Amino acid sequence: MSGRAGSGLLGPVTGQRVGNRIGTAQAARPGWERMGQMVEIEQTALPGIGLRHEFTTRSGRRIGIVSHRTGRRDLVIYDRNDPDRAGESVTLNDEEADALAELLGAPRVVQRLNDLHREVEGLVSEKLPIGENSPYAGRPMGDARVRTRTGASIVAVVRGAHVVTSPAPDFVLAAGDLVVVVGSAEAVNAVADILAQG
Amino acid sequence: MHHTALLFVEFGAIVLGLGLLGALALRAGISPIPLYLIAGLAFGTGGILPLATSEEFVAVGAEIGVVLLLLTLGLEYTADELVTSLRTNARAGIVDLVLNAAPGAILAMLLGWGPVAAVAMAGVTYATSSGITAKVLSDLGWIGNRETPVVLSLLVFEDLTMAIYLPLLTALLAGLSLASGALTVTIALATVSVVLVVALRYSRFIEAFVRSPNSEVLLLKVVGLALVVAGGAQYLQVSAAVGAFLVGIAVSGELAHEARALLSPLRDLFAAIFFVFFGLQTDPANIGPVAGLAALLAVVSMVTKLFTGFYAARRAAIGRAGQARAGIALIPRGEFNIVIAGLAVAAGAHPDLGPLATAYVLILAAFGPLAARVLQPLITKIATRA
Repeated sequence: MSGRAGSGLLGPVTGQRVGNRIGTAQAARPGWERMGQMVEIEQTALPGIGLRHEFTTRSGRRIGIVSHRTGRRDLVIYDRNDPDRAGESVTLNDEEADALAELLGAPRVVQRLNDLHREVEGLVSEKLPIGENSPYAGRPMGDARVRTRTGASIVAVVRGAHVVTSPAPDFVLAAGDLVVVVGSAEAVNAVADILAQG
Repeated sequence: MHHTALLFVEFGAIVLGLGLLGALALRAGISPIPLYLIAGLAFGTGGILPLATSEEFVAVGAEIGVVLLLLTLGLEYTADELVTSLRTNARAGIVDLVLNAAPGAILAMLLGWGPVAAVAMAGVTYATSSGITAKVLSDLGWIGNRETPVVLSLLVFEDLTMAIYLPLLTALLAGLSLASGALTVTIALATVSVVLVVALRYSRFIEAFVRSPNSEVLLLKVVGLALVVAGGAQYLQVSAAVGAFLVGIAVSGELAHEARALLSPLRDLFAAIFFVFFGLQTDPANIGPVAGLAALLAVVSMVTKLFTGFYAARRAAIGRAGQARAGIALIPRGEFNIVIAGLAVAAGAHPDLGPLATAYVLILAAFGPLAARVLQPLITKIATRA
């Protein structure tokens, strides 16, 4: 097992990433709050092909990701004048998609957590391992109903070298994953129990 | 010994010829289906190179081709998708059915071919070729487009409709009485429901049965299961094609993905033979007289599909350009339409039905993808100007 429950707060990841933080316009509100009003992602099933997620940026451009069942992913940028048409479509394989996700996502999540620690007292984040015997190994994350039951939130899942940020409820957990949880100390402990024993 | 040698040479020549035609189609950027049909016309009765020894073999190959076509089609979709699409797109699906079944049915009635032929022709004009359309979508980079889910869910709806339509047609063609015809359709409906429920709730049992770490074992199990079920369905007069389709639906998830990859070379071979076989049964000399009618039917049913696309996409709040693309993507007809016409021809329908369907599919299988390719820049230009 590659991590102990209750070991430090995002230690190694922060160490790696803090140097190449991406400079974004910082709002006065903590990152967590901003996430609440974040972009609305629309999910559409593509029968026979897979899934499409899309959202419109504040500047009015529409971006989408087509996830094929084969594992192939297309990054789609919609035409300015014909917003239903994929003006540009870039095919990404597994590694490329992971690389892109990490470039875009990992620094952001770390940054968000750093903001949280700076700005909100009493908030704890921990990396909780999914053990071989966890009832949620192999099950969608949503099954654990972590937020409903404890008030804490899962902000990322670390799998091997990759970080999956803001995993969706249908994200399937696997033994060996590290789940990054944010909440009050009490809530985070409750999550640890849930993930270990159900 | 001599027979085998001749069979190999003839069959080999057909497959080789199809390969060359496929290369041609690839270069021209069109679907190979019309070319396969033309090859069939050339080899068949009244063609330039009539077959001597391999026709029987080709006939069996063609039947297997239908089973594999439908099996892989079923593998494309999960039961979940079928149910969702049925629930959310019923209205557009029904508009599609009514608008596009009408041209064929009306033409058959006007020609005085009788109600059974009208039902068959309704199917010939109704079904969009999901194979060709899927290819058009990916070739033109339309998969990410926002109207694409609309198109795909219409295709799903059509395929599901086929699961009810094919047994109905089979019963009608067999000249069953009203009572036994109704029984067949009831059996079909019950089977479809049971398979959907099984696939939704208990797919793990089927998967546990079929699953194997060895791809050879998996291939044999899936093909065997599909053929056995198809045979059983045929025996119950529910149509072999539907049986195979349902097996495809029952196998889903990762396993379906794996099975599809294994099956596609096999399907490509036998499906090509199926198209050739259909062409074989048609005397090219009979096409001339119905060519005008086929062209008329093609134009009318192209307009009805365009309208269907506009309607369905507009309901999904897609802009004008996207509506047009949805309509265009739905134009191609292909494998299903030939399967339907094939059933009717085999059951001894009106002698003009086969040639008409051949010419009709020839036009739309070739023109559909072409229309999409040619109109794409035009639509974009208009959208940009607006």
